[in-house]
Amino acid sequence: MNSALTYLDHAATTPMRPEAVAAMAPFLQGTFGNPSGAHAAARAAKTALEEAREEVAELLGARPGEVVFTAGGTEADNLAVKGAARRARATRGADGVVTTAFEHKGVLASCDRLAAEGFRIEALSVPQSGVIDVDRVLAAVDERTAVVSVMLVNNEVGTIQPLDRIVAGVRDRAPSAVVHTDAVQAVPWIDVARAAAGVDLVAISAHKFGGPKGTGALVVRNGTAVEPLIEGGGQEAGLRSGTSNVAGAVAMAAALRATCDARAADVVRIGALRDRLIGGLGTAVPGVFENGDRRAKVAGNAHLGFPGVEAETLLVALDQAGVCAAAGSSCSSGATDPSHVLAAMGVSRDDARSSVRLSLGFASTDADIDVALDVIPRAVAQLRRAGEAA
Amino acid sequence: MSVSVSEPDSRVLVAMSGGVDSSVAAARLVEQGYDVTGVTLKLWGGESDSGCCSVADVEDARRVAAQLGIPHYVFNFTDEFDDAVVGRYVDEHRAGRTPNPCVECNRSIKFGRLLERADALGFTHVATGHHARVTRSDRGTFELRRGADAAKDQSYVLYMLGQRELARILFPVGELTKADVRAHATHLGLRTAAKPESMEVCFIARGGRESFLTARVPARAGAILDTDGATVGRHGNITTFTVGQRRGLGVATGERRYVVDVDARTATVTIGAKRDLLRDAVMVRDLLFTDGVPSGAVVVQTRAHGEPVAATLDGSTVRFARPQPRVAPGQVVALYRGDVLVGGGIAT
Repeated sequence: MNSALTYLDHAATTPMRPEAVAAMAPFLQGTFGNPSGAHAAARAAKTALEEAREEVAELLGARPGEVVFTAGGTEADNLAVKGAARRARATRGADGVVTTAFEHKGVLASCDRLAAEGFRIEALSVPQSGVIDVDRVLAAVDERTAVVSVMLVNNEVGTIQPLDRIVAGVRDRAPSAVVHTDAVQAVPWIDVARAAAGVDLVAISAHKFGGPKGTGALVVRNGTAVEPLIEGGGQEAGLRSGTSNVAGAVAMAAALRATCDARAADVVRIGALRDRLIGGLGTAVPGVFENGDRRAKVAGNAHLGFPGVEAETLLVALDQAGVCAAAGSSCSSGATDPSHVLAAMGVSRDDARSSVRLSLGFASTDADIDVALDVIPRAVAQLRRAGEAA
Repeated sequence: MSVSVSEPDSRVLVAMSGGVDSSVAAARLVEQGYDVTGVTLKLWGGESDSGCCSVADVEDARRVAAQLGIPHYVFNFTDEFDDAVVGRYVDEHRAGRTPNPCVECNRSIKFGRLLERADALGFTHVATGHHARVTRSDRGTFELRRGADAAKDQSYVLYMLGQRELARILFPVGELTKADVRAHATHLGLRTAAKPESMEVCFIARGGRESFLTARVPARAGAILDTDGATVGRHGNITTFTVGQRRGLGVATGERRYVVDVDARTATVTIGAKRDLLRDAVMVRDLLFTDGVPSGAVVVQTRAHGEPVAATLDGSTVRFARPQPRVAPGQVVALYRGDVLVGGGIAT
């Protein structure tokens, strides 16, 4: 980590793990072949690609043939939601999609697209705990449901969703419905192989766990019927054409291996850091509140509100002090848009506007927390004083 | 006497729209040794083709900031802009007045919300790319002057700035002509050097004011009268008319006709000859003064790029030295002494 920065934005992206950098290096320098070719250079690349696929499959509890490499989590979500819904409608007339209102935009925007195509979309609100009510999901599911998409871990508030119970209920009510989960935020913290064991489609993204940006995967289990979005040379079993990103896949596999190996210890260590951070801020900053039920959260997530302070202003103050944090969801212009996640959870607009996400990860240290506990209370106090003066 | 002398502990937040003026404003501040941070305001979430708040503009601002080696942020003021600028613009038109949304944006957003936020973050000054100048009077008070480039002067839309604001505002391109600004941008190799100027209201997209308003205010048809009160025609929507307007009246007469009155209550438009528009005075509400009430002769400007004319201020009445075309209610009436803006208000 750049020692000048205190990085509390691991849910946005993580630095690369050294294992991933080392794994991809040969494919940036020497081994350049196109795995689809029929010569020695191609074979070397193909071998590496398939070994990466085997590794990813094993760590996600899938078979190698079930792993489709994509250019990241958003693409994997799009492929899953649009691809499965369109196929389900074409083959059996199912036209319903059930999801939550606090999904990643990759899912929500896909649902918007499907709505424009005539699908019925049910995007359920979420309690303030940040944990979806299983019964509400199941009540929305019927025989006409094509896809149920519920994230495994929410990207803003870090809450883990009761996916196993949702899967069991959906199988009961609508055996033909495809279940998708955006597991992008889950990988560093929970065993996705187990947590998403019964799920048909599972999306991950390498850069959230120490891999490179622009690389992800969709697990397509048991031949779940999915229509491709990108067509061409038929790579990835026809589900994702385009010359394979060998370096990315290899690095993702290495990052995933390192993440899974370190996970148990990381969760304990980082969970303690996170609790020290929240505890310290709770003591030093009057009125601070938490968004989402901490007991349901992954170890790296702190989502805190500072009444009387605008998050957008606080982020600037923190940045000026070398502390990187986030609020809401970043739009392409770089502006902070009001959080659709907090809105879906029924958090008031004022509370949402004063809330920031502090997300820890494998690179987080005790020193980061020391800096945060020094900088954040001072910044909040300064902005509150200014607010009173105004 | 200029105050744009860098003080060592001055920290400046410069509003960068992605246009050439604010790009050069930021560059000059850096050259003058200020501790500079750039910010682009996201103001309008809706459709617009003037480029305002577009991702491309934010990107231009960000790239210029990177080239200058200064931090850059984006502030999302869309809610405030919606309320204070767009909502008000629509309300004023609904009431038959002719608002100037740039004035409201300066009042509530740039020198309201932004200045507040800059204060909270410990910035000593806020800068913009407006063509205007801040100077000190002999008494040490702050004065707002016209920009050096008469054709580009924007002091009119800044008439609301008082001592409290002027003390903390910098206009780094106010001393420059537009040609100077472009030359400086070219010299520095800024990507915005040749960017065309935005001329229209930033939140109004292709299709123009009429379709923007028609989409927001239910159309109300009504009569078109002549100055004797006789009905000479009908119109489809009162909201789209403005006092002084000549085109689009849809009434065929021998002489050129102008809108001389808009009565939103009865949805009635009155038209007349140019001479019917002439007035000796204009009543002004919400008068503000930069540094106390001026006495004696002033010059007034009643449109953003209108000609200044001689007048005197008498309470809340501005009396013209010679009759002038009627000022559309809602427009700013800005008062000057020479090139110093001394105050202003809203025509009633």
